[in-house]
Amino acid sequence: MNNFDVIIIGAGVIGSLVARELSRYQISVLLIERNSDVGSGTSAANSALVHAGYDPIPGSLKAELNVRGNRMWDKLAAELDVDFKRCGDYVVSIGAEELPALDILLEQGKRNGVPGLQLISSDEIKRRIPLLNPDASGALFAPSAGVCDTFAVTIAAAENAVENGVKLLLNTAFEGFIIDSGRITGIHTNRGDFHARWVVNATGVYADDVMHQAGVRPEFRIVPRRGEYCILDPDSFKIDTVLFPVPSEKGKGVLIFTTTHGNTVIGPTSEFVADKEDKAITPVGQEYLTANMNKLMPSIDLRWTIATFAGLRASGNAVCKNPMTDYRADFIVEKADEIEGLINCAGIESPGLSASPAIAARVVEILQETGIGLNEKADWNPQRKRRPVPKHMPDADRQRLIERDPRYGRIICRCEEVTEGEIVAEIHAPIPALTYDAIKRRTWTGTGRCQGGFDMTRVVEILARETGLSPMEICKNEPGSAFLSRASKKAEVS
Amino acid sequence: MNLTELFDVIVIGAGPAGLAAGIAAREQGCDRVLIIDRDIEAGGILQQCVHSGFGLETFKEDLPGPSYAQRFIDQAKAAGVNFLLDTMVLNVTRDFQVTVSGARIGLKVLNAKAVVLAMGCRERSRAQIRVPGTRPAGVYTAGTAQRWVNIDGLMPGKRFVILGSGDIGMIMARRLTLEGAEVARVVEIMPYLSGLSRNLVQCLQDYDIPLFLNHTVSRIYGNRRVEAVEVSAVDGQRNPLPGTAERIECDTLLLSVGLIPENELTRKAGVKMDQRIGGPVVDNTYSTSVPGLFVAGNVVHVYDLVDYVSQAGTKAGRSAADFVHGRWLGLQKTIPVQGGAEVRSVVPQLICPESLKTEEIVLQLRVSSPLERSVEIVVQAPDDTIIAKRRLPYARPGEMVSISIPSDAYNLAAKAERLIVSLV
Ligand SMILES: Cc1cc2nc3c(=O)[nH]c(=O)nc-3n(C[C@H](O)[C@H](O)[C@H](O)COP(=O)(O)OP(=O)(O)OC[C@H]3O[C@@H](n4cnc5c(N)ncnc54)[C@H](O)[C@@H]3O)c2cc1C
Ligand SMILES: Cc1cc2nc3c(=O)[nH]c(=O)nc-3n(C[C@H](O)[C@H](O)[C@H](O)COP(=O)(O)OP(=O)(O)OC[C@H]3O[C@@H](n4cnc5c(N)ncnc54)[C@H](O)[C@@H]3O)c2cc1C
Repeated sequence: MNNFDVIIIGAGVIGSLVARELSRYQISVLLIERNSDVGSGTSAANSALVHAGYDPIPGSLKAELNVRGNRMWDKLAAELDVDFKRCGDYVVSIGAEELPALDILLEQGKRNGVPGLQLISSDEIKRRIPLLNPDASGALFAPSAGVCDTFAVTIAAAENAVENGVKLLLNTAFEGFIIDSGRITGIHTNRGDFHARWVVNATGVYADDVMHQAGVRPEFRIVPRRGEYCILDPDSFKIDTVLFPVPSEKGKGVLIFTTTHGNTVIGPTSEFVADKEDKAITPVGQEYLTANMNKLMPSIDLRWTIATFAGLRASGNAVCKNPMTDYRADFIVEKADEIEGLINCAGIESPGLSASPAIAARVVEILQETGIGLNEKADWNPQRKRRPVPKHMPDADRQRLIERDPRYGRIICRCEEVTEGEIVAEIHAPIPALTYDAIKRRTWTGTGRCQGGFDMTRVVEILARETGLSPMEICKNEPGSAFLSRASKKAEVS
Repeated sequence: MNLTELFDVIVIGAGPAGLAAGIAAREQGCDRVLIIDRDIEAGGILQQCVHSGFGLETFKEDLPGPSYAQRFIDQAKAAGVNFLLDTMVLNVTRDFQVTVSGARIGLKVLNAKAVVLAMGCRERSRAQIRVPGTRPAGVYTAGTAQRWVNIDGLMPGKRFVILGSGDIGMIMARRLTLEGAEVARVVEIMPYLSGLSRNLVQCLQDYDIPLFLNHTVSRIYGNRRVEAVEVSAVDGQRNPLPGTAERIECDTLLLSVGLIPENELTRKAGVKMDQRIGGPVVDNTYSTSVPGLFVAGNVVHVYDLVDYVSQAGTKAGRSAADFVHGRWLGLQKTIPVQGGAEVRSVVPQLICPESLKTEEIVLQLRVSSPLERSVEIVVQAPDDTIIAKRRLPYARPGEMVSISIPSDAYNLAAKAERLIVSLV
């Protein structure tokens, strides 16, 4: 019952895609996630960009997996039916002094194997991006970069994995390894023990803690690096590409892009924090955004903000395995040296999302090499279909859908035009959405300018009705995040 | 009711503004009048305002919100106004095509000869004021909490801090206290109250709920549910003053930090907007810049008393009927009304002096800061000719004030190229 060939710890984009890749084969796979939903960690709070790959240091694993991962996105997005737009990106230099940085990036990109890179003149970039800072001195254009729906990709990957036989356990936290004569044979969790031949550690910012429990790489440390964002009102302005400033030692800088969903995002900041849960919005971060956002587009005004959020990068200190490259913040995607039975995906900060399909493929290759025996299933189904979204349907189809199920006519989220039908469908999906945030990530309910002001009471009511729970049991996300405390006394009208 | 036939007037929103507009249009001889609302019941925001304080002007009675609304609903039904509830309006065009989506009727396009937009307003959210800290459950707008308590009978928390001294926040402070919850304090960033003074007395002082002016919530604590907030005093620029932070334990933070007219549909229709208010630019017939598209109520600017909302609705409904019958005056010459000293906003932003031949024109305004002294509202022409004036014992930002331009000012107003309204 509790025996599997492979256990994957952590259902972020990495764990979910590894699970989906493994679901091709005739092996039993368990995916566990500590939170109440898949894709609620770093994979839910990032820039959602599929980077081209000119940024990572040549020779690093980051560079290799980024470029390889980037090429896999069209197929992945088509199979999982998630939004992905290969819109290209620009690194824009401001003033003559930043111009040389573009050449360095171009050179780096070429060495990494990034296709189609192009230097663009000052006039041309200003023609392409009308609101750009007039001091823009040039740009590097990377046509292979894109924007994806980061929520959807993790959820769809996990759903496709589950439909192909992977067992998913939510609210299940890894607590320790079961080790038998130098080999990991299973894990302890808050919900009992599970046994496996191989364990994949895909726990994001916790990946160092997890591997340390097996005595692996005690020198490796993840220090979370927080990135704060402001989301702007879609009516304020939009661009159909991604703009980066010239990178600095703090990272890729404050970028500007429009999500696949149509909101413009400004961010992130970059700040090391001590606590692996510290996703707070800070005055310092907001000041940093205020100070930096206008570099590329002087006309942006943070008063257009409709939402703020923060994510934690799993910044690690792994030394690049390529002896020619002196680099200390590389990805770890490897079989542990110190003990049998463990594969670690660690230090997966940006471009981890871009690289995720390649990281999953790499994990499978590593498993192949162990001789675990991976034989393809005859009936593996790579396709996962999204559920109906009336807002994006032609009127006639939408009308037919409403006739079939009237709940697709009743709008619950006014800003994003999400219907009751969509919400109910997600509550009863293969991976049921049982919290407000889970519904939000799947339908974009509450992500518009009123930020749940209209829908929140209604969504809580629908969740309670559909799950048979009391409204007092409905949570925003994790246990302990209930919206309501008790029934009112219905006291006399004052 | 046949939805495919052409309507005379379609009203969007069944709050007090929309109800009054629908009734007026019907009374002015429009046969086919339809009011659409996304809620399952008519009444708008009043449904959840179970406190009294409504109708003193209109009915000379102190009614709870739902009773006030019910009188208009009954009247509308008696007058033969049609209702389409549980139906969201998705789009309105300049030629009066109204796209709706609803569970029962599906996706449809309805047609009218004129439209009244009465969508009310929405509350500002946390991100719009960018409160730092975590993002746990337990941060709600006061109106969301009000809906939970008064409509669903559910309590959103046990111990509250309320940010902002808007009316809904103060009313909820009392409501929650009566429900047995604790309201630790109400915190207002400005040096003055943002809601009505009567609510300060009746909702806070009577229940010993402390109000902290010149303070704000500078941080939210708690990963899953709110555990506490940090309250700080602010300086003249409204930035938290270092060294004043105080941690207040609570499980809920309610926000009553302002209302924004709900004008998505108005904007999409290409109507000219007043950026300062966030509502459409209107004339004294409550016409927008698009002839035949009229507006009323909180969608124009946020009212604090429902009676004036109903009056505005009646006006807009009459104008829509006039438009349908080809006797609307709005195509005559209009002149702008500008806010002068101490005036933050004024509605209408345009007036048609010809209207003065038949009736007075009321200007509604909000002042920029509290004036705790006897003040005079003065309406002048650019050459300083006084068109109208009115003395008030005081004027406060939380309380809308008004002045009427009497009919006998027609000759003066007709000569002016614009009017300036100021407080002296
Ligand atoms: C600000 C920011 C911007 C970024 N921008 C980009 C970008 O534009 N493009 C890009 O390619 N990448 C970007 N990234 C990086 C990208 O988001 C990450 O690389 C990727 O999401 C990592 O996925 P993951 O699955 O490793 O981690 P996570 O999504 O964090 O998943 C790990 C999961 O493991 C679970 N877990 C942890 N401990 C346990 C346990 N003990 N038991 C069970 N489960 C556990 C967690 O709950 C979590 O769900 C960005 C990151 C940040 C923070
Ligand atoms: C909490 C609160 C307390 C108040 N207390 C008092 C008081 O004590 N005394 C007093 O005199 N006044 C009070 N007021 C003021 C007064 O009640 C309001 O100003 C008035 O209700 C506004 O009316 P309205 O018709 O403009 O808007 P609303 O009442 O908000 O009505 C707007 C309607 O439009 C509908 N709608 C919006 N968009 C769409 C769409 N796209 N499709 C379909 N339908 C749509 C909404 O569902 C809503 O029913 C209070 C207001 C509030 C918010």
